[in-house]
Amino acid sequence: MTDILERARTKVLDDGEGLSYDELVEVLQLPDDQIPELLQLAHDVRMKHCGPEVEVEGIISLKTGGCPEDCHFCSQSGQFTSPVRSVWLDIPQLVKAAEETAATGASEFCIVAAVRGPDERLMSQVRDGIKAIQAAVDINVACSLGMLTQQQVDDLREMGVHRYNHNLEAAKSYFPTVVTTHSFEERWETCEMVRESGMELCCGGLVGMGESLEQRAELAAQLAELGPHEVPLNFLNPRPGTPFGDLPIMDSADALRTIAAFRLAMPRTVLRYAGGRELTLGDLGTRDGLLGGINAVIVGNYLTTLGRDADEDLALLTELKMPIKELAKTL
Amino acid sequence: MTTGSPSYCGHCGRPADAEDHAACAVRLAMEPPRFCTRCARRMKVQVTPRGWTAECVEHGVLTS
Repeated sequence: MTDILERARTKVLDDGEGLSYDELVEVLQLPDDQIPELLQLAHDVRMKHCGPEVEVEGIISLKTGGCPEDCHFCSQSGQFTSPVRSVWLDIPQLVKAAEETAATGASEFCIVAAVRGPDERLMSQVRDGIKAIQAAVDINVACSLGMLTQQQVDDLREMGVHRYNHNLEAAKSYFPTVVTTHSFEERWETCEMVRESGMELCCGGLVGMGESLEQRAELAAQLAELGPHEVPLNFLNPRPGTPFGDLPIMDSADALRTIAAFRLAMPRTVLRYAGGRELTLGDLGTRDGLLGGINAVIVGNYLTTLGRDADEDLALLTELKMPIKELAKTL
Repeated sequence: MTTGSPSYCGHCGRPADAEDHAACAVRLAMEPPRFCTRCARRMKVQVTPRGWTAECVEHGVLTS
Protein backbone atom coordinates (compact mmCIF):
# COMPACT_ATOMS: atom_id res chain seq x y z
CA MET A 1 0.00 0.00 0.00
CA THR A 2 1.38 3.40 -0.91
CA ASP A 3 1.95 6.10 1.60
CA ILE A 4 -1.01 8.24 0.51
CA LEU A 5 -3.44 5.33 0.80
CA GLU A 6 -2.14 4.49 4.25
CA ARG A 7 -2.54 8.10 5.35
CA ALA A 8 -5.99 8.31 3.79
CA ARG A 9 -7.07 5.18 5.63
CA THR A 10 -6.14 6.72 8.96
CA LYS A 11 -7.27 10.26 8.28
CA VAL A 12 -10.49 9.69 6.33
CA LEU A 13 -11.69 6.21 7.21
CA ASP A 14 -10.69 6.15 10.87
CA ASP A 15 -10.94 9.83 11.79
CA GLY A 16 -13.58 11.02 9.32
CA GLU A 17 -11.49 13.97 8.15
CA GLY A 18 -11.23 14.87 4.44
CA LEU A 19 -7.93 14.89 2.58
CA SER A 20 -6.18 18.19 1.90
CA TYR A 21 -5.48 19.62 -1.56
CA ASP A 22 -1.90 18.26 -1.57
CA GLU A 23 -3.10 14.81 -0.54
CA LEU A 24 -5.79 14.84 -3.24
CA VAL A 25 -3.16 15.61 -5.87
CA GLU A 26 -1.28 12.52 -4.69
CA VAL A 27 -4.45 10.43 -4.97
CA LEU A 28 -5.09 11.65 -8.51
CA GLN A 29 -1.51 10.69 -9.45
CA LEU A 30 -1.80 7.08 -8.28
CA PRO A 31 -0.90 4.56 -11.01
CA ASP A 32 -3.60 2.51 -12.72
CA ASP A 33 -2.66 -0.69 -10.88
CA GLN A 34 -3.60 0.93 -7.57
CA ILE A 35 -7.05 2.06 -8.67
CA PRO A 36 -8.81 -1.05 -7.27
CA GLU A 37 -7.24 -0.43 -3.86
CA LEU A 38 -8.15 3.26 -4.05
CA LEU A 39 -11.77 2.50 -4.98
CA GLN A 40 -12.05 -0.04 -2.17
CA LEU A 41 -10.85 2.56 0.33
CA ALA A 42 -13.31 5.14 -1.01
CA HIS A 43 -16.08 2.55 -0.77
CA ASP A 44 -15.10 1.71 2.82
CA VAL A 45 -15.20 5.42 3.68
CA ARG A 46 -18.63 5.81 2.13
CA MET A 47 -20.00 2.73 3.92
CA LYS A 48 -18.61 3.80 7.29
CA HIS A 49 -19.56 7.48 7.16
CA CYS A 50 -22.71 7.42 4.97
CA GLY A 51 -23.99 3.85 5.09
CA PRO A 52 -25.17 1.53 2.33
CA GLU A 53 -28.20 3.56 1.22
CA VAL A 54 -28.25 5.28 -2.15
CA GLU A 55 -30.15 8.50 -2.76
CA VAL A 56 -32.04 8.46 -6.04
CA GLU A 57 -33.06 11.61 -7.90
CA GLY A 58 -34.74 12.57 -11.14
CA ILE A 59 -34.17 15.87 -12.93
CA ILE A 60 -36.23 17.86 -15.39
CA SER A 61 -35.59 20.92 -17.50
CA LEU A 62 -38.37 23.45 -16.90
CA LYS A 63 -36.83 25.98 -19.27
CA THR A 64 -34.44 24.62 -21.87
CA GLY A 65 -31.97 26.58 -24.02
CA GLY A 66 -31.57 30.27 -24.70
CA CYS A 67 -29.38 30.90 -21.66
CA PRO A 68 -27.46 34.20 -21.77
CA GLU A 69 -24.42 32.72 -20.02
CA ASP A 70 -21.48 31.17 -21.85
CA CYS A 71 -20.59 28.06 -19.81
CA HIS A 72 -18.40 26.43 -22.44
CA PHE A 73 -19.60 22.88 -21.76
CA CYS A 74 -23.30 23.67 -22.05
CA SER A 75 -25.50 23.10 -25.09
CA GLN A 76 -28.15 25.40 -23.64
CA SER A 77 -26.19 28.62 -23.98
CA GLY A 78 -27.75 31.02 -26.47
CA GLN A 79 -24.26 32.21 -27.38
CA PHE A 80 -23.23 29.06 -29.23
CA THR A 81 -24.44 27.36 -32.41
CA SER A 82 -25.85 24.41 -30.49
CA PRO A 83 -28.90 22.66 -32.02
CA VAL A 84 -30.79 22.90 -28.70
CA ARG A 85 -33.86 25.13 -29.10
CA SER A 86 -35.57 27.07 -26.36
CA VAL A 87 -38.50 25.19 -24.78
CA TRP A 88 -40.69 25.69 -21.70
CA LEU A 89 -42.33 22.80 -19.91
CA ASP A 90 -45.93 23.25 -18.75
CA ILE A 91 -47.12 22.35 -15.26
CA PRO A 92 -49.05 19.16 -16.15
CA GLN A 93 -45.90 17.81 -17.83
CA LEU A 94 -43.84 18.85 -14.82
CA VAL A 95 -46.14 16.96 -12.46
CA LYS A 96 -46.08 13.92 -14.76
CA ALA A 97 -42.27 13.93 -14.68
CA ALA A 98 -42.34 14.13 -10.87
CA GLU A 99 -44.74 11.20 -10.75
CA GLU A 100 -42.51 9.14 -13.05
CA THR A 101 -39.53 9.97 -10.88
CA ALA A 102 -41.32 9.04 -7.65
CA ALA A 103 -42.37 5.73 -9.20
CA THR A 104 -38.69 4.71 -9.35
CA GLY A 105 -38.43 5.08 -5.57
CA ALA A 106 -36.59 8.37 -5.87
CA SER A 107 -36.73 10.80 -2.96
CA GLU A 108 -35.60 13.88 -4.90
CA PHE A 109 -36.96 15.66 -7.95
CA CYS A 110 -34.96 18.62 -9.22
CA ILE A 111 -36.47 21.36 -11.39
CA VAL A 112 -33.81 23.00 -13.55
CA ALA A 113 -33.89 26.14 -15.69
CA ALA A 114 -31.21 27.36 -18.09
CA VAL A 115 -30.95 30.94 -16.90
CA ARG A 116 -28.45 33.32 -15.31
CA GLY A 117 -30.90 33.70 -12.47
CA PRO A 118 -34.68 33.52 -12.15
CA ASP A 119 -36.90 36.43 -13.18
CA GLU A 120 -40.44 37.00 -11.89
CA ARG A 121 -42.00 34.84 -14.60
CA LEU A 122 -39.77 31.89 -13.76
CA MET A 123 -40.26 32.28 -10.01
CA SER A 124 -44.01 32.32 -10.58
CA GLN A 125 -43.84 29.20 -12.75
CA VAL A 126 -41.71 27.46 -10.14
CA ARG A 127 -44.13 28.44 -7.36
CA ASP A 128 -47.09 27.05 -9.29
CA GLY A 129 -45.17 23.95 -10.28
CA ILE A 130 -44.08 23.14 -6.73
CA LYS A 131 -47.64 23.57 -5.46
CA ALA A 132 -48.94 21.19 -8.13
CA ILE A 133 -46.22 18.62 -7.44
CA GLN A 134 -46.75 18.76 -3.68
CA ALA A 135 -50.47 18.18 -4.19
CA ALA A 136 -49.90 15.13 -6.36
CA VAL A 137 -46.61 13.45 -5.46
CA ASP A 138 -44.78 12.49 -2.28
CA ILE A 139 -41.26 13.62 -3.18
CA ASN A 140 -38.74 16.26 -2.12
CA VAL A 141 -38.52 19.13 -4.59
CA ALA A 142 -35.15 20.64 -5.40
CA CYS A 143 -34.43 23.54 -7.75
CA SER A 144 -31.56 24.73 -9.91
CA LEU A 145 -32.33 28.18 -11.25
CA GLY A 146 -28.95 29.90 -11.43
CA MET A 147 -27.70 32.74 -9.28
CA LEU A 148 -30.10 34.05 -6.63
CA THR A 149 -30.73 37.18 -4.63
CA GLN A 150 -31.32 36.86 -0.90
CA GLN A 151 -35.02 37.55 -1.51
CA GLN A 152 -35.21 34.70 -4.01
CA VAL A 153 -33.44 32.37 -1.58
CA ASP A 154 -36.03 33.25 1.04
CA ASP A 155 -38.90 32.83 -1.44
CA LEU A 156 -37.71 29.40 -2.56
CA ARG A 157 -37.36 28.25 1.01
CA GLU A 158 -40.89 29.53 1.69
CA MET A 159 -42.17 27.52 -1.29
CA GLY A 160 -40.86 24.36 0.34
CA VAL A 161 -37.77 23.81 -1.77
CA HIS A 162 -35.82 21.12 0.01
CA ARG A 163 -32.47 21.50 -1.72
CA TYR A 164 -30.96 24.04 -4.12
CA ASN A 165 -28.40 23.13 -6.75
CA HIS A 166 -25.77 25.59 -7.88
CA ASN A 167 -22.50 24.07 -9.03
CA LEU A 168 -19.07 25.65 -8.79
CA GLU A 169 -18.56 23.88 -12.17
CA ALA A 170 -14.75 24.16 -12.08
CA ALA A 171 -11.87 25.01 -9.76
CA LYS A 172 -11.43 28.70 -9.11
CA SER A 173 -8.16 28.77 -11.08
CA TYR A 174 -9.81 27.15 -14.14
CA PHE A 175 -13.19 28.87 -13.94
CA PRO A 176 -12.32 31.78 -16.31
CA THR A 177 -11.50 29.22 -19.02
CA VAL A 178 -14.96 27.71 -18.62
CA VAL A 179 -17.20 30.75 -18.04
CA THR A 180 -16.64 34.42 -18.81
CA THR A 181 -20.11 35.91 -18.24
CA HIS A 182 -20.04 35.56 -14.46
CA SER A 183 -17.45 34.84 -11.83
CA PHE A 184 -16.56 32.00 -9.51
CA GLU A 185 -17.19 34.39 -6.62
CA GLU A 186 -20.75 35.07 -7.77
CA ARG A 187 -21.45 31.35 -7.73
CA TRP A 188 -19.87 30.96 -4.33
CA GLU A 189 -22.02 33.79 -2.97
CA THR A 190 -25.27 32.11 -4.05
CA CYS A 191 -24.09 28.83 -2.52
CA GLU A 192 -23.37 30.51 0.80
CA MET A 193 -26.78 32.22 0.85
CA VAL A 194 -28.51 28.90 0.17
CA ARG A 195 -26.56 27.07 2.85
CA GLU A 196 -27.25 29.75 5.43
CA SER A 197 -30.97 29.79 4.59
CA GLY A 198 -31.52 26.27 5.91
CA MET A 199 -32.15 24.74 2.49
CA GLU A 200 -29.77 21.91 1.70
CA LEU A 201 -27.03 22.97 -0.69
CA CYS A 202 -26.25 20.81 -3.70
CA CYS A 203 -23.01 21.95 -5.30
CA GLY A 204 -20.64 20.07 -7.55
CA GLY A 205 -18.98 20.45 -10.91
CA LEU A 206 -17.67 18.87 -14.06
CA VAL A 207 -14.40 17.17 -14.77
CA GLY A 208 -12.82 16.32 -18.09
CA MET A 209 -12.96 19.89 -19.39
CA GLY A 210 -9.23 20.18 -20.01
CA GLU A 211 -8.34 21.00 -16.42
CA SER A 212 -5.13 19.70 -14.85
CA LEU A 213 -5.03 17.04 -12.13
CA GLU A 214 -4.10 19.81 -9.73
CA GLN A 215 -7.21 21.76 -10.73
CA ARG A 216 -9.34 18.66 -10.21
CA ALA A 217 -7.92 18.38 -6.69
CA GLU A 218 -8.50 22.11 -6.25
CA LEU A 219 -12.18 21.75 -7.15
CA ALA A 220 -12.60 18.91 -4.64
CA ALA A 221 -10.85 20.94 -1.93
CA GLN A 222 -12.95 24.04 -2.66
CA LEU A 223 -16.15 22.01 -2.52
CA ALA A 224 -15.03 20.52 0.79
CA GLU A 225 -14.43 24.03 2.10
CA LEU A 226 -17.93 25.07 1.03
CA GLY A 227 -19.42 21.99 2.68
CA PRO A 228 -22.48 21.16 0.56
CA HIS A 229 -24.95 18.49 1.59
CA GLU A 230 -24.69 16.96 -1.87
CA VAL A 231 -22.00 17.01 -4.57
CA PRO A 232 -23.08 16.03 -8.09
CA LEU A 233 -20.09 14.89 -10.12
CA ASN A 234 -20.43 15.35 -13.88
CA PHE A 235 -18.09 14.17 -16.62
CA LEU A 236 -17.89 16.30 -19.74
CA ASN A 237 -20.10 15.09 -22.55
CA PRO A 238 -18.72 17.22 -25.41
CA ARG A 239 -21.73 18.89 -26.98
CA PRO A 240 -21.81 19.90 -30.65
CA GLY A 241 -21.51 23.61 -31.23
CA THR A 242 -20.05 24.45 -27.81
CA PRO A 243 -16.46 25.63 -27.27
CA PHE A 244 -15.72 22.30 -25.54
CA GLY A 245 -17.48 20.29 -28.27
CA ASP A 246 -14.24 18.89 -29.66
CA LEU A 247 -12.59 17.93 -26.37
CA PRO A 248 -11.85 14.22 -25.97
CA ILE A 249 -13.95 12.11 -23.64
CA MET A 250 -12.28 11.82 -20.26
CA ASP A 251 -10.08 8.79 -19.65
CA SER A 252 -12.04 6.23 -17.62
CA ALA A 253 -9.18 5.55 -15.18
CA ASP A 254 -8.92 9.28 -14.48
CA ALA A 255 -12.68 9.39 -13.93
CA LEU A 256 -12.50 6.58 -11.34
CA ARG A 257 -9.58 8.24 -9.57
CA THR A 258 -11.62 11.45 -9.46
CA ILE A 259 -14.66 9.74 -7.92
CA ALA A 260 -12.51 8.24 -5.18
CA ALA A 261 -10.67 11.51 -4.60
CA PHE A 262 -13.96 13.41 -4.17
CA ARG A 263 -15.10 10.81 -1.61
CA LEU A 264 -11.79 11.08 0.25
CA ALA A 265 -12.14 14.88 0.25
CA MET A 266 -15.71 14.76 1.58
CA PRO A 267 -16.29 11.56 3.57
CA ARG A 268 -19.85 12.40 4.68
CA THR A 269 -21.36 14.16 1.67
CA VAL A 270 -23.98 12.77 -0.68
CA LEU A 271 -21.76 12.13 -3.74
CA ARG A 272 -23.96 11.82 -6.78
CA TYR A 273 -23.21 10.31 -10.16
CA ALA A 274 -24.51 12.92 -12.59
CA GLY A 275 -24.17 13.61 -16.31
CA GLY A 276 -21.66 11.97 -18.61
CA ARG A 277 -21.04 8.76 -16.68
CA GLU A 278 -22.45 6.58 -19.45
CA LEU A 279 -20.15 8.12 -22.07
CA THR A 280 -17.05 8.24 -19.88
CA LEU A 281 -17.33 4.95 -18.04
CA GLY A 282 -19.80 2.84 -19.99
CA ASP A 283 -22.19 0.39 -18.37
CA LEU A 284 -19.54 -1.02 -16.02
CA GLY A 285 -18.78 2.45 -14.73
CA THR A 286 -22.01 2.65 -12.78
CA ARG A 287 -21.03 -0.42 -10.79
CA ASP A 288 -17.42 0.75 -10.34
CA GLY A 289 -18.58 4.14 -9.08
CA LEU A 290 -21.12 2.70 -6.65
CA LEU A 291 -18.33 0.50 -5.29
CA GLY A 292 -15.88 3.41 -5.27
CA GLY A 293 -17.44 6.17 -3.19
CA ILE A 294 -20.65 7.16 -5.00
CA ASN A 295 -23.83 7.01 -2.87
CA ALA A 296 -26.39 8.79 -5.04
CA VAL A 297 -27.51 8.62 -8.66
CA ILE A 298 -29.59 10.54 -11.12
CA VAL A 299 -31.95 7.98 -12.60
CA GLY A 300 -33.22 8.13 -16.13
CA ASN A 301 -32.48 10.98 -18.47
CA TYR A 302 -30.60 14.22 -17.99
CA LEU A 303 -31.64 17.69 -19.13
CA THR A 304 -30.88 17.38 -22.85
CA THR A 305 -29.29 13.94 -23.16
CA LEU A 306 -30.39 10.42 -22.28
CA GLY A 307 -29.16 8.41 -19.32
CA ARG A 308 -29.07 4.73 -18.59
CA ASP A 309 -32.41 3.02 -18.32
CA ALA A 310 -33.70 3.71 -14.80
CA ASP A 311 -34.68 0.06 -14.36
CA GLU A 312 -31.10 -1.04 -15.02
CA ASP A 313 -29.76 1.27 -12.33
CA LEU A 314 -32.40 0.14 -9.85
CA ALA A 315 -31.66 -3.53 -10.60
CA LEU A 316 -27.98 -2.87 -10.01
CA LEU A 317 -28.72 -1.33 -6.61
CA THR A 318 -30.66 -4.45 -5.69
CA GLU A 319 -27.83 -6.68 -6.85
CA LEU A 320 -25.29 -4.67 -4.84
CA LYS A 321 -27.58 -4.79 -1.78
CA MET A 322 -27.67 -1.02 -1.62
CA PRO A 323 -31.16 0.08 -0.55
CA ILE A 324 -32.68 3.24 -1.96
CA LYS A 325 -32.80 5.95 0.67
CA GLU A 326 -36.41 6.38 1.69
CA LEU A 327 -38.11 9.76 1.52
CA ALA A 328 -38.69 9.87 5.27
CA LYS A 329 -34.96 9.56 5.94
CA THR A 330 -34.13 12.55 3.79
CA LEU A 331 -36.37 14.96 5.65
CA MET B 1 -45.45 12.55 -37.04
CA THR B 2 -45.50 11.82 -40.76
CA THR B 3 -43.16 8.97 -41.56
CA GLY B 4 -41.02 8.39 -44.59
CA SER B 5 -37.45 7.57 -45.51
CA PRO B 6 -35.07 9.97 -43.76
CA SER B 7 -33.57 12.64 -45.95
CA TYR B 8 -31.51 14.22 -43.19
CA CYS B 9 -29.60 13.05 -40.15
CA GLY B 10 -31.52 13.56 -36.90
CA HIS B 11 -28.30 14.28 -35.02
CA CYS B 12 -26.40 16.72 -37.24
CA GLY B 13 -29.10 17.81 -39.69
CA ARG B 14 -26.97 17.20 -42.78
CA PRO B 15 -28.20 15.17 -45.78
CA ALA B 16 -28.52 11.52 -44.87
CA ASP B 17 -26.89 10.14 -48.01
CA ALA B 18 -24.15 12.71 -48.46
CA GLU B 19 -21.75 11.39 -45.85
CA ASP B 20 -21.19 8.68 -43.26
CA HIS B 21 -23.39 9.18 -40.19
CA ALA B 22 -22.13 6.20 -38.17
CA ALA B 23 -20.89 8.48 -35.39
CA CYS B 24 -24.22 10.30 -35.40
CA ALA B 25 -26.03 6.97 -35.02
CA VAL B 26 -23.95 6.20 -31.93
CA ARG B 27 -24.83 9.60 -30.51
CA LEU B 28 -28.53 9.09 -31.22
CA ALA B 29 -28.49 6.11 -28.87
CA MET B 30 -27.62 8.53 -26.07
CA GLU B 31 -29.61 11.61 -27.00
CA PRO B 32 -32.82 12.56 -28.77
CA PRO B 33 -32.80 13.77 -32.36
CA ARG B 34 -32.37 17.53 -32.74
CA PHE B 35 -33.19 17.83 -36.45
CA CYS B 36 -36.23 16.71 -38.39
CA THR B 37 -35.17 13.88 -40.68
CA ARG B 38 -37.59 15.07 -43.36
CA CYS B 39 -36.75 18.78 -43.59
CA ALA B 40 -33.66 19.32 -41.35
CA ARG B 41 -35.45 21.96 -39.27
CA ARG B 42 -34.23 22.18 -35.70
CA MET B 43 -36.87 20.60 -33.49
CA LYS B 44 -38.18 21.65 -30.09
CA VAL B 45 -37.02 18.84 -27.83
CA GLN B 46 -38.15 18.13 -24.29
CA VAL B 47 -36.34 15.44 -22.35
CA THR B 48 -38.11 13.95 -19.33
CA PRO B 49 -36.77 11.43 -16.79
CA ARG B 50 -38.15 8.50 -18.75
CA GLY B 51 -38.57 9.75 -22.30
CA TRP B 52 -38.48 12.63 -24.76
CA THR B 53 -40.53 14.43 -27.38
CA ALA B 54 -39.22 16.25 -30.45
CA GLU B 55 -41.46 18.61 -32.39
CA CYS B 56 -40.95 19.80 -35.95
CA VAL B 57 -43.12 22.79 -36.77
CA GLU B 58 -43.83 21.27 -40.20
CA HIS B 59 -43.86 17.51 -39.60
CA GLY B 60 -45.25 17.10 -36.10
CA VAL B 61 -44.16 15.41 -32.90
CA LEU B 62 -41.86 12.44 -32.51
CA THR B 63 -41.98 10.58 -29.18
CA SER B 64 -39.52 8.15 -27.62
